[in-house]
Amino acid sequence: MAPTVPSAAKSASPSQPSGKSEVADLKQQLRQLAGSRAPDADDQRRDVFKRVISCMTAGIDVSAAFGEMVLCSATSDVVTKKMCYLYVGAHARAHPDLALLTINFLQRDCRDQDPTIRGLALRSLCSHRVPNLVEYLVTPLTTGLKDPSAYVRMIAAVGAAKLYHISATACIDADLPASLKALMLSDPDAQVVANCLHALQEIWTLEAANSEAAAREIETLYSKPVVFYLLNKIKEFSEWAQCIVLELASKFLPSDNNEIFDIMNLLEDRLHHANGAVVLATIKVFLHLTMSMTDVHQQVYERIKAPLLTLVGAGSPEQSYSVLCHLHLLVMRAPMLFSSDYKSFYCQFSDPSYVKKLKLEMLTAIANENNTYEIVTELCEYAGNVDVPIARESIRAVGKIALQQYDVNAIVDRLLQFLEMDKDYVTAETLVLVKDLLRKYPQWSHDCIAVVGNISSKNIQEPKGKAALIWMLGEYSQDMHDAPYILESLVENWDEEHSPEVRLHLLTAVMKCFFKRPPETQKALGATLAAGLSDTHQDVHDRALFYYRLLQYNPNVAERVVNPPKQAVSVFADTQSSEIKDRIFDEFNSLSVVYQKPSYMFTDKEHRGPFEYSEDLTSLTVGADDPENVISAQRYQENDNDLLLSTSDKEDNGTKGSNDSSTSTYNAPSDLISPSLISSQTSAETSLINTGGPTYSSQSNFSLDDLLGLGVTEAPAPPPPALTLNSKPVLDPGTFQRKWGQLTLALSQECSLSPQGAASLMNPQSLIRHMQSNYIQCIASGGQPPNYKFFFYAQKDGATAFFLVECIVNTASAKAQLKIKADDGTAAEAFSTLFQSDLSKFGLS
Amino acid sequence: MISQFFVLSQRGDHIVFRDYRGEVPKGSAEIFFRKVKFWNDDEAEEAPPVFNVDGVNYIHVKVAGLFFVVTTMVNVSPSLLLELLQRIARVTKDYLGVLNEDSLRKNFILVYELLDEVIDFGYPQTTSTEVLKSYIFNEPIMVDAGRLPPLGPAAMFMQGTKRMPGTAVTKSVVATEPGGKKREEIFVDIIERISVTFSSSGYILTCEIDGTIQMKSYLTGNPEIRLALNEDLSIGRTGSSYDYRSSSGGGTVILDDCNFHESVHLDSFDIDRTLTLIPHDGEFAVMNYRMTQEFKPPFRVTALIEEAGPSRAEVLLKIRADFSANATANTITVQMPVPSYTMRASFELEAGAVGQTTDFKEGSRRLEWNLKKIVGGSEHTLRAKLTFSQESHGNITKEAGPVNMNFTIPMYNASKLQVRYLQIAKKSKAYNPYRWVRYVTQANSYVARL
Repeated sequence: MAPTVPSAAKSASPSQPSGKSEVADLKQQLRQLAGSRAPDADDQRRDVFKRVISCMTAGIDVSAAFGEMVLCSATSDVVTKKMCYLYVGAHARAHPDLALLTINFLQRDCRDQDPTIRGLALRSLCSHRVPNLVEYLVTPLTTGLKDPSAYVRMIAAVGAAKLYHISATACIDADLPASLKALMLSDPDAQVVANCLHALQEIWTLEAANSEAAAREIETLYSKPVVFYLLNKIKEFSEWAQCIVLELASKFLPSDNNEIFDIMNLLEDRLHHANGAVVLATIKVFLHLTMSMTDVHQQVYERIKAPLLTLVGAGSPEQSYSVLCHLHLLVMRAPMLFSSDYKSFYCQFSDPSYVKKLKLEMLTAIANENNTYEIVTELCEYAGNVDVPIARESIRAVGKIALQQYDVNAIVDRLLQFLEMDKDYVTAETLVLVKDLLRKYPQWSHDCIAVVGNISSKNIQEPKGKAALIWMLGEYSQDMHDAPYILESLVENWDEEHSPEVRLHLLTAVMKCFFKRPPETQKALGATLAAGLSDTHQDVHDRALFYYRLLQYNPNVAERVVNPPKQAVSVFADTQSSEIKDRIFDEFNSLSVVYQKPSYMFTDKEHRGPFEYSEDLTSLTVGADDPENVISAQRYQENDNDLLLSTSDKEDNGTKGSNDSSTSTYNAPSDLISPSLISSQTSAETSLINTGGPTYSSQSNFSLDDLLGLGVTEAPAPPPPALTLNSKPVLDPGTFQRKWGQLTLALSQECSLSPQGAASLMNPQSLIRHMQSNYIQCIASGGQPPNYKFFFYAQKDGATAFFLVECIVNTASAKAQLKIKADDGTAAEAFSTLFQSDLSKFGLS
Repeated sequence: MISQFFVLSQRGDHIVFRDYRGEVPKGSAEIFFRKVKFWNDDEAEEAPPVFNVDGVNYIHVKVAGLFFVVTTMVNVSPSLLLELLQRIARVTKDYLGVLNEDSLRKNFILVYELLDEVIDFGYPQTTSTEVLKSYIFNEPIMVDAGRLPPLGPAAMFMQGTKRMPGTAVTKSVVATEPGGKKREEIFVDIIERISVTFSSSGYILTCEIDGTIQMKSYLTGNPEIRLALNEDLSIGRTGSSYDYRSSSGGGTVILDDCNFHESVHLDSFDIDRTLTLIPHDGEFAVMNYRMTQEFKPPFRVTALIEEAGPSRAEVLLKIRADFSANATANTITVQMPVPSYTMRASFELEAGAVGQTTDFKEGSRRLEWNLKKIVGGSEHTLRAKLTFSQESHGNITKEAGPVNMNFTIPMYNASKLQVRYLQIAKKSKAYNPYRWVRYVTQANSYVARL
């Protein structure tokens, strides 16, 4: 709502727009102005148009005035013209017939002498989104692409993409992609080049779904001539266009190391750019290019640290948040490399809580022998913070560090001090941690129990804290003098305890206590079981009944069930599989990093393939909230060791300068056979986590040979099977998803791709086409190098039975994980053989 | 690929709304606003700048109390969009002189014009104020900047100091002056945000300066400019970071790292620390830098809390301005959280205190002490008596603090980074534009622990 228009401002407050009368009034005024030749008609028109746009902004439906707006559109006043274009662009879709009326003056404007008018008219013409009007678009677009003015060409390039969305065939038939490509490689104006690139990427990506030619065209965009042509011009581009060129370069697969170092030296100064988006895009290029060269990769980490930290401090809180998310990702991958920068991750008073949370996670990850004392001291300061969520997170962070073994002694003392602070949430959080700590280090029980025993359960309101206290009372009842009596008093208040979690823990704790100190607990046990049996919560009731019958059957057996000797927990499960983490890393400089989720989990349906990867989602959310799944920084530690080990392995880093220039910052190592950072994150840990769900393990049996491209195909191609497939099976995504959910797993196998196949798998389309030619259809695919995921299906010839396949390909190791489900389980074996044989031929033809 | 761009007021009204691709379902602005307003209600957390609701990604920045938002359906670079939003705000400010709800509402048609050129079909085009000039036909409608709350770091120059032409920074780059002739001038602002944490014993735990050299040029004809910094300036700290001993000698300025605007030529930077550039119209950051080398903090803060009876305590706050008497800090706020069971607080200001106010914020249990100005070299104290609703237990210092301080000190910079000279290539002998080189230091996180 614009205050410049008093009548509009008065009558229509944005919260409750009084739409109708306003629009009717505007319509009338427009009608009066339509033919007016009054000297001030232009000014009046401007004012009325302004009010229309103002209503439109406020969300009032002004489409009813379309006809009148078009009538008034013949004007030479550019400001009015622009308002008209804006209006028409927003409403033409709803009025395709009336929109036709605008075509005439827009086409005329497209031939105007003034390039600005030509450009504006062309942009407006393409923004109509009315399929019927497509015929009027093609000619102005084709001429626009050849216009002497760069402004018009720039608009025409984007216009081609707009046309594609209105009518793909019209765009393809007019051969616009070819013109765009020619323009991209020859136009002197950088913005025209950038817009051609935008348009081509968009058109070809969408077109690739049904055309092989388009898929090939996309690959040519990532080819050396195109990438190098654009990179050499990088400084001519606007900072925004630089970002897309850099994004393109990050997908480029260099053929040798000289290319890698050429690119890195060329882009070195981009790291000093004041625009964070340019810096992050450059970093992505560096990280992806050096993926297979461990020590250069590590040099890159060292190199990008300072620019990233500067960006964190320089921009608005929002800008630093995004940069910090990326820094967080890097820190989590290689905490060791950041261990001396820990002070940069201290929380500042002015940091918003979402920033503080990230910083706490980073501090937890980088704690090691040298900095633990200082980090924990700092974290303890936050524990008393007025910002309660942050205080909680800080306490959790201290606990996580304690679980990493560095100087547990001192940290336990600190935790126990938290209990003395006597703030309920601090106590609750601390109890949960002390419980976890005891599960890992039972040897600390004496010190902890002495303090925990003094805490009155009445002061703890939070279920998690209370449950932790009760667990300790049961587990260490032999050491805590009052345990049976405290438990007894808790049982007395059974009905006031609202959390079923606490009641469950109470049941178990009383049982444990009973086995350790029977005479003192007997009475409480009776009361507990009675209360549990009459509990309305199903789980509580069932557990009480179960205990009751166990005791009835044989108390000794019951003791073995309820209170078996325990082994200390060595490692708490990680919450995110390394496969997920790798995927997020592949999607560096995207929203995935901020959300800490790979893109297929959040992008909209049409971008995510025919159906959701519902399986992945469920397997991931398992235990996400479980306090026992503490992120173990030991994991990071291990990854990190890999990273550092490989450097010590090779002292003879050749300093073969590329470009023959002594100023080159990046040097090629003489040998390249160390495993890449990414593939060395083995699946050892994945198997720990995904016990229930499917296992996404990248291959752990990674051999040096693979990198050299030798002897991967030792798995001989199986003999041609007898099974024949239907050449045109039909299965819709919904049915696929249902079947996949219903059928049990028939086969799960790992197989190899040919090295050529792995190398040519730069996007999912190539494999999809290959499998299609063998009558195996793809229903969904996704992923980024080196990990791709496909869902295929096929049908036995002459039968109704389907085969469903989940295939996860890792191009770095040239391996594929197969999961096959079949309507007819007996044929699964034969199909698997066929599938593997087809897969192994990929890239060879 | 951006689907929509919109600006919402603090109450959620649409001020500008532009849909570029027609792919986001209706009502996105309302969904966004509700989400931001009621983000995690119980814990009073702020919504992060980037979030996803039903497959739509919402990316926003807050500028001048307004939400600048873009939506997108695809997995784009968050930094790109956040930078772009900030840039759109800046370009708009270049055109309107001041950026706030009022000026945007008055000029929304001009903003639409800008948006048409800045983004096409969701792709960022140009954000250069200078390039955009030739496509913008609306004349900005000026609003009165005087009664508006200041915005952005440069706005702090308007407070207090008479030496600066206060209206200059709020001048549109396109509007012609009332006199018809444009005044030839250029502003170079060295803005430093400092973060210091003092331990309970007054020892500096961490310190950092995040600095920006910001430029706003109103020069016609884009003459080349040379900006010379300290000759002994060095960049990149070798060896272990946070080695405070290195700072004791010489007084050389050692920056950890810095970055530069696209237009800056660094050809002679390595030799004589001069930056060469042709400034385009509008406001932009020539250089950003970060320094963790220890520096002399402008204020020493001492805070004490002591029990004085079973349900009482006394607080003593002392601040000493450790800078020369030529500079004066203004708008100083000192805040100190006190135990949650504090019921009342009574304050005792020093004798003859002028321009000082105190307050006990009951809701957030904080003492607040505001000082209009502090002259370099002076010292100020505040005593407060607290009354508790219950007997304090345990260690009272753990229940209070840390003390946080906010301030602005014009004509002072903590890093000692200096502009030695600002040279403008002369077109003629008579050409002598006004040059303003201004320094200011602001607290980012200035904390003293108890």
